[in-house]
Amino acid sequence: MTKKIGAQTIQFETPPFIISTGCVVGKKEGEGPLGSYFDQIVEDEYCGEKSWESAESKLQTMAFQKTLNKHGLRNQDIDYMFAGDLLNQCVGTHYGTRDTNIPFFGIFGACSTMVEGLSLSSIMIDGGFAVNVAALTSSHFCSAEKQFRFPLEYGGQRTPTSQWTVTGSGCAIVSKNGPGPKITHATVGKIVDMGINDANNMGSAMAPAAFDTIITHFNDTGRDASYYDLVITGDLGITGSDILHDLFKKETGGSELNNHKDCGVLIFDAEKQDVHSGGSGCACCASVFCGYLYNQLTTGKLSKILLVATGALMNTMTLQQGETIPSIAHAVAIEM
Amino acid sequence: MEFVKAFVVGGIICTIGQILIDKTKLTPARILVLFVVIGVALSLMGIYKPLVDFAGAGATIPLTGFGYSLAKGAAEGVAKYGLFGALTGGLTATAAGISAVIVFGYLFAVMFKSKLK
Repeated sequence: MTKKIGAQTIQFETPPFIISTGCVVGKKEGEGPLGSYFDQIVEDEYCGEKSWESAESKLQTMAFQKTLNKHGLRNQDIDYMFAGDLLNQCVGTHYGTRDTNIPFFGIFGACSTMVEGLSLSSIMIDGGFAVNVAALTSSHFCSAEKQFRFPLEYGGQRTPTSQWTVTGSGCAIVSKNGPGPKITHATVGKIVDMGINDANNMGSAMAPAAFDTIITHFNDTGRDASYYDLVITGDLGITGSDILHDLFKKETGGSELNNHKDCGVLIFDAEKQDVHSGGSGCACCASVFCGYLYNQLTTGKLSKILLVATGALMNTMTLQQGETIPSIAHAVAIEM
Repeated sequence: MEFVKAFVVGGIICTIGQILIDKTKLTPARILVLFVVIGVALSLMGIYKPLVDFAGAGATIPLTGFGYSLAKGAAEGVAKYGLFGALTGGLTATAAGISAVIVFGYLFAVMFKSKLK
């Protein structure tokens, strides 16, 4: 008896609950439209550390602690942890969680990491392997720019389609026991590559992956966009969201993708904050979900959402060699 | 008047760079190299020298001006030392700029800590 339905979707027999979330973000994110929903806003981009990388690790440690504290949990209550980030070898995570003493699975899904973590955590719990599992991720504007584009000191110009990596970290505890919003389905994405090779245009590279996962989710579950209060993508930004809408119209014979929003568009005020196409990074989807969306779910303002996190799976080396950007999107259906 | 000339010519060169960033997929690094090479090419064709005479710093400060100095230095090197000068002349002519970048880059890195804009 398998729990798989359709081509790529898991239907959980006993849907696990998201019992607690926590998020910490940087100053710019705190000044954005969702500023009041974040647990903590760190004014100093170094977080009191010596390097951007240590700062990112510190953000993870802080977000994880906040998440535990909110629900009165201790480290030993967490059975496993799925976590990752954008830095080489996921060091942001490895240094940020090294003192937790929790059995650890490192995952890399680029900016899709939060939903990849939520999916795997849910599988663990519905499979009967654990009671509480943590999904954790982070990104930092400065460490990401340094690794993927140019050092900040270089002061390079940003192109119109470029996105602003969110500084922050988000953590969610998925549990066998409620209360909380339930993860009912997980649609596992496949790698999609439509031949985009511009590192400053990630939204366009990831939009086809988001489209593929959303349409597959609808086909597998027999649902459509109107079933959900919100179909929310991770970090397509303004450019990528437009492409997603165009793709949806073209492939479905003219119907609109209703109820769609994008975390990368929500988190910043693109005009006032000069972020060009919007936010991106692991922490984009993670902080918007763990802060804003979780709040909307638990206060009854939203009751059913499809959270679709998108990730660009290249590295700097492959881009320099002229390779295109393989992308992925994972989706979880979260219902009260 | 020479300020106006420098402003207009320098401004036009920088505008071309901005258009390339906004409208093409060229990365800043590629645009940088492109400008230097164009400066060399224009000097070779004898077009850049009159521009420098006309606009002064407006033409020498942008990256194309670096290309112009390289080309000019190489030509002078050849005149002085023969073919070997083609290899040494360019760097000799631009040595002040390159050394300044290293010295000031190091000094400011020691003095300041990088921050978000």
